[in-house]
Amino acid sequence: MKRLRSLFCAAAAALLLAACAGQPLRGTGDLGLIIERASGHVTLVNTSTRQPYARIAGLGDLSHASAVYSRDGRHAYIFGRDGGLTKIDLLEAKIVKRVIQSGNAIGGSISQDGRIVVAQNYTPGGIKAFDAETLELLSEVPAEYAPGKFSKVVGLADSPGNKFAYALFDGGEIRVTDFSDPRAPKTERYPAGSQPYDGLVTPDGRHFLAGLFGEDGVALLDLWQPEKGARKILENYGRGEQKLPVFKMPHLRGWSVAQGKAYLPAIGRHEVLVVDVATWKEVGRIPVRGQPVFVMARPDGRQIWVNFAFPDYGMVDVVDTLAGKVVKQLEPGKGILHMEFTPRGEHVWLSARDDNKVVIYDTGSFARVGEIPADNPSGIFFTTRAARIGF
Amino acid sequence: MKPVVLRGLSAALLFCLVAVSTVEVQAADPLTARQRELVRMVRQDCGSCHGMTLQGGLGPALLPAELKDKPVEGLAATIYYGRPGTAMPPWQRFLNEAEAHWIAERLMTEFPQ
Repeated sequence: MKRLRSLFCAAAAALLLAACAGQPLRGTGDLGLIIERASGHVTLVNTSTRQPYARIAGLGDLSHASAVYSRDGRHAYIFGRDGGLTKIDLLEAKIVKRVIQSGNAIGGSISQDGRIVVAQNYTPGGIKAFDAETLELLSEVPAEYAPGKFSKVVGLADSPGNKFAYALFDGGEIRVTDFSDPRAPKTERYPAGSQPYDGLVTPDGRHFLAGLFGEDGVALLDLWQPEKGARKILENYGRGEQKLPVFKMPHLRGWSVAQGKAYLPAIGRHEVLVVDVATWKEVGRIPVRGQPVFVMARPDGRQIWVNFAFPDYGMVDVVDTLAGKVVKQLEPGKGILHMEFTPRGEHVWLSARDDNKVVIYDTGSFARVGEIPADNPSGIFFTTRAARIGF
Repeated sequence: MKPVVLRGLSAALLFCLVAVSTVEVQAADPLTARQRELVRMVRQDCGSCHGMTLQGGLGPALLPAELKDKPVEGLAATIYYGRPGTAMPPWQRFLNEAEAHWIAERLMTEFPQ
C-alpha cells in the first residue's frame, strides 16, 4: 500500500512538473516572426505547421522594422523605426529586453561571433554596438563625413572578423568598422558614389555592394582587399535614359546571389540586372512588371522572386535562373511588402499588407498552401538567417 | 527641368488661391472616402521614406513642427511634381493638385491617423 502511494505521488509529481514546464522541449530551426508594422506587434510562427504560435505586443513603431537572430536562433533582435531595439525569446514567446537606442533607426546586424548587435541609424547618423546578451551600449561610430555633417546610414551587413560594412546615403561612402575590440572600434572609409541607398555582403562574406540612387551603378568593395578601394560596376546601365519615378527604394541583401550571378534591382526601371560575380560584368537584364524592391533567390538558386514598388505591389514575378526569364506571374494579394523562403525553399511566405495576412506559396507548383492573419504585415524573418553571413 | 518646376509651382500657387478657402472649410469635417485613401497612401506609401508616423526616414520628417515655416503651396507642388535631383518622386499619377494641396495642409496641422 505504502509502495503504491509513493508510486502515485511520483506520477503526480511528474505530471505537475510537465505542467509547470508548459511546453515540450523544442528546437528553433523552423521558427520565425512576422512584423505587424502598424500596431507594434510581432507574430511568432512555425514554418513546419505553417501556423502562428504566439503574438507579442509593445514593440513601438515597426514601420520598416527588421530582425536578426542569435546564433542559436532562440533570440531575435528587432530594430524599429523609432530607434527601439527589442530582444525577443522565441521559445518563451516574450520580450527579454528593450532599449530605445536612437531617434530614428533603419535596421541592424549581428557579429560573426554572435556577441555584438549593431544598429544603423538615420538620426543621429551612425552605428551603435550593443552587447547581444544585455543590450548594454558598447560603442558608437558617428557617420560624420564632413566636419559637423552626419549621414544617414544604410546597408549595414556583417562580414567575417566581427567587421560590419555599411554605406552613407548623404556622405557617398562605404565604411567598414572592425569591432574585434567592441569598445574601441576601428573604421575605414572608401568613397563610393552618389547616394548609396542600400547594401549587401555576398554570401561568402567577401564583397560588399552598395546600390546607388544618385547615379546609375553599384559600388563594389572587395573586403579581402579593401585597400584597393571601392569601384563601380553596372555603370551607366541606364545609358542616359530617363529614370522612372522611384516610389520606394529597393532592398539589397545577400539573398540576391544565386548560381554564380547576382540579381539586382534596376533602380527606376522595370528590370532585374544580372551580374556575373566572377567578373562583376553585366551579363543580362530581365524585364519584369514593375520596379523591383526585393529580388530574392530561393535557397537553391533556381528561382528568383521579385516584388515591386508602389503602385505595382500587388504582383510578384518569378524568374527561372536556368531559363533566364520570368516563368510565373502571380498576384498574391494587396501590398506585397516582403518575402521569406522556408529554410530549404519549398515554400515562400509573402506579406500582403493591405489584405492583413501572410500568404504561403509552394515554390514548385505555385499553389497557395496557407495563410496567416496579421495586422498590416511587413517583414517576415525566419531563424535560418542566424547561420547566414550578411543577414 | 527648371521651367517645368517653375510652371508647376505657379500652377500650384494659382490653384491654391482658388481652392484654399474651400479646403479650409472642409478640414474640420469627417474625412471622405477619397481622403481616407489619401491618408492611407501618405502613411503607408510616403511612409516608406518619411516613416509611417511621418517622423522621417530616408526622407525628411513631415511633422507640423518641421513644416511650419514652409509655404503650403510649395509643399503641395513638391508632392505633385516631386523634387528633381532628390529622391522625392512626383505623385501626379495618383492624385490631382487639389488633393496634393489637401495633404500639404493636413501635414502642417495634424495629419489624420
